[in-house]
Order: sequence, then structure tokens, then C-alpha cells
Amino acid sequence: MAGKKETDDRFKKFGTVSFTSLTKTNDFITYLEEGKIMGTRCRVCGMTFFPPRADCYNCLSSDMEWFPVTGTGKLASFSRLKYAPVGFEGDLPYTIALLDYGTYKVFGRVAPDVSEDEIKVGMEMKAEVNRLPNGQINFVFRKA
Amino acid sequence: MGKVGIIGVGQSAFVRNYPGSIRELAFEGFKEAMQDAKIKTTDIGASIICSAPEYDKQRSPAGVLAEYLGLIPQPTFYLESLCSSSSMGLRTAYALIQSGLHDVVAVIGFQKMSEITSAESQERMGRGADIQWESPFGTMMPAYYAMHAQAHMAKYGTTSEDLALIRVKAATYGQKNPKAVYRKPVTLEMFSQPDNPLASPIASPLKVGDCCANADGSSCLIVANEEKAKEFCQKPVWIMGLGSASAAVNIAGRDSLTGLSVARASAAQAYKMAGVTPNDIDVAEVHDCFTIAEMMAYEDLGFAKPGEGKDLIRSKETYKEGKIPVNVDGGLLSKGHPIGATGGSQIRTIVLQLRGEAGEIQVKDPEIGLVHNIGGVGLYGNVTILGR
Repeated sequence: MAGKKETDDRFKKFGTVSFTSLTKTNDFITYLEEGKIMGTRCRVCGMTFFPPRADCYNCLSSDMEWFPVTGTGKLASFSRLKYAPVGFEGDLPYTIALLDYGTYKVFGRVAPDVSEDEIKVGMEMKAEVNRLPNGQINFVFRKA
Repeated sequence: MGKVGIIGVGQSAFVRNYPGSIRELAFEGFKEAMQDAKIKTTDIGASIICSAPEYDKQRSPAGVLAEYLGLIPQPTFYLESLCSSSSMGLRTAYALIQSGLHDVVAVIGFQKMSEITSAESQERMGRGADIQWESPFGTMMPAYYAMHAQAHMAKYGTTSEDLALIRVKAATYGQKNPKAVYRKPVTLEMFSQPDNPLASPIASPLKVGDCCANADGSSCLIVANEEKAKEFCQKPVWIMGLGSASAAVNIAGRDSLTGLSVARASAAQAYKMAGVTPNDIDVAEVHDCFTIAEMMAYEDLGFAKPGEGKDLIRSKETYKEGKIPVNVDGGLLSKGHPIGATGGSQIRTIVLQLRGEAGEIQVKDPEIGLVHNIGGVGLYGNVTILGR
């Protein structure tokens, strides 16, 4: 149809169930598909953001560039779930976790093949892109 | 500027499946507060209706409830800050009164969580977090608080048994509260019996016994300026201090997982406004949606130093006879947690304590009480200090 604009809803691929489809940070998904986990940095004031943002509250600029999440982070905390919200039951049991990279933190899941007794607060882990069985994409943490 | 007083308090019983509509549920808390205040609906200048809208089928409940309660044509509006909605309602009532717009304001909290299934309600509670970046990993309220518990244990050596002791205390008083949803005794041993439902894991390290239950319920506070409070009420309870704060919705945006920044900031504001310190508090209600939440509250409110909350519960200092009695009405762990009604119920308990009308759970002669009410996982915080 003439004049119909194509909708950029790449973000609906994020996680087991995505609750967002339209966002100015849609490139995050394309980077994930290339195996990269990216945050954003304000080109004006230099503030870094993870999760990535399209807009900087510090200087009100929307001129952002992407930077890769690299190296390792310290496991700030985790929890292994025995119950899940609607839509996530098939993933049980799974472990959600927070990695502290110093200037920013990354929330995600511990890779399912990391055994429960190996997981300790303070351990070094790295984030990796992960494809889910239902065709969705997210990232998981592995021992560094 | 004159003082602002609470002249009437009420709450419904908190129950699993309320057999009526939201307007009928709201009427129960309202009726008790109105009978307590001994005023007419025409004495009330405005009403603030507090709940979390994701449980409501009724669009814009404020007008519907105001009509049912006889509070039209006065202004009414809806106010939401998740689980701290009705404490935020009290803060807003204070502002409406101090501005001179109204003399008397009703703060009505309600939640009929059973309008939807427990699984649906878990899904909605997960969406109280960051739906873009965190909910897609399958988050839930218990799991977020569990991450705080795990961090607290790793840093301070707090144990699962310390958390269970908080539930044991809650049950001690829940049994004495006819309006509580959970009134059975709980012992520490139950947490280590594999077949006991309370010992069943939810999100490590939290078990069923560490979590409060969903409930239906309503609460109501009648708030008045100094002149009206003295005219209507023999024993008004005065608002001495108010504190309120917000934090990043995503857990990745938090500086620390061993406490809640909103609680620390709200407490500092409330203590300053009231001109008191943690040592001056005689009785407190804290937001124990999970046992770890009460443990962190001890420390965030300054009842214990960071990491020393466990010593308070181990030595029973937060029992009724202790140094700082906390949640002697059974807390959310026993009463249940009907989101929008919870803060009003906590404030009601402290008002009754300060009036010396708390019956079996009465603390000895308290003069100053504190209410700590959190929305989401430390997304919103309100601390309220009340005095005789």
C-alpha cells in the first residue's frame, strides 16, 4: 500500500517474552544477533548507560553512540526461581542475576549449564548472547 | 502552619477471596473509620482513592467509590504508587490540608487482588519492574527480594534461619489479629521440614514462609487540620514527619542490594521533619512483604547498623516487649498484602497504638510511632512518623 510505513518492531525478539516492540534502542537486537551486547554512551557529556537509552537525562542530548559490554563483571547477586510468571513456565528452573561491571550493571540470567553450587556472590562472570528455543534472543552469564 | 491530625482509622478484614464488589470492599474500611471519627460524609472535603490499577476491572475507580461512600459532589481522584499507594495518599492529604484547599480529607485504600488469578497477578507484579529490559528474563517480586536476601547473606552473614525468625514473630502476632488472613502458628522447625508447605522454595534463598500472601482488603484514614482535628476528636494522632523517595525501576540501576535507598532517604527526611531520631521511635510498622524486607528495614530505618538487623531479631528486640517493637499486628506476612490498602492498614495500627487502643498487642505507653511502606522492589518509599 502506498504511503504505509514499515514498523520497526525488532525489540519483540528480546527475551522469552518481550513486553516491548517499539523503542529507539531497537539496534540492540541487531547487535545481539551479531553476538554483541551493547550499551549506549552520550556523545555530548560522555555518560554511559546499560541498559541502553536513546536519551541522556544528564545533558538532554539524544546523540548517542553504542559501546560493547566487554570483559567480566562481579556477580552482585542471583536467585534461582522455582515458580515463574505467566509465559516463562517452560524455562524453569532458571537463575536471574546481576553483574557489576563497575561503571554499569547488567541484569540477565545465568547460563543453564552453570551448576547451582558453582554460583557465588562476588564471582567473575561474563555476559554472552544466547538464542532461546522459541526463536527469541537474550544474553546469559558464564564463569569467566 | 498548624498541625495535621488523623482522626479516624479503619480497615476491612484482609481475606483471600472477598465475596463482593470493590465498592462494597471499600465501604468496610470506610465505615470503620467514619464510626471511629464520628463525623458525617459532608464534613469531608475531598477523597483520595489509592490502589494499583492493574488489578481493577473498573476503569477509574475513584468516582465509583466516592459515589458509593456518599462523598460526591466533593472532589475525588485516584493515586497510585504500587504497594505504597495509601501512604502516598496520606502525604497528598497532608499537602491538600496544609495548602488550605481542604479541612478534612479521606484517604481510601483498596485492592481486590482476586479479580484476577494468582498466576496473572504474578505476571502483573513482574511488570511492576522494568518491562523493557528485565521482565523478558522472567522476573517476579519474590525473586527480586530474593536477590536482596542473597546479597545481604553474602555481605553480612545473615542466614535463612534469621529470616525465618521474622516470620515466626509475625505469626506470633498474626494469631491475635482477627483481620489477618494467616492466623496459624509458625515455628522455626517448620522451615526445615521438607514436607512443610512453608519450607517449599520459591526463589532461592526465599521459601513460601518468607513471603506474604495476596489478599483482598480496604483501609481508610480520615485526616484533618488542627482546628477540625481538635473539634472532632478526643485523641487525634498528629503527623510529625513525612518522607518520600523514588529509585531506578531496574535493579541494574541500584547502587546496593543490601538495603533500599528509598527507605533510607525517606527515613532521613521524616526524622528531620519530626525532629526525632531512630531511638525515639516507640513502635513501628515496616513493609514486610518478604522477611528480608523487614530485615533491611531494621537497618534502613536506623534501628540497627547495616548488617546488624539479624541481632535485633535473634535477641527478640523487635517483639512487643523489646527495645523497638515492629509489626506487632502480624505485619504483611500475617495480615496479607492488598496492595492499595496496605499502607492505610499499617498507619491504622500505629494510630491505635498511640491512642492506647491496640488491645492484646498494645505496646507499653508509646508516644512516637513510625510507618515504613515500600512500593515495588524499592521503587517508591514512604516513611511516616506519628505522635500523640
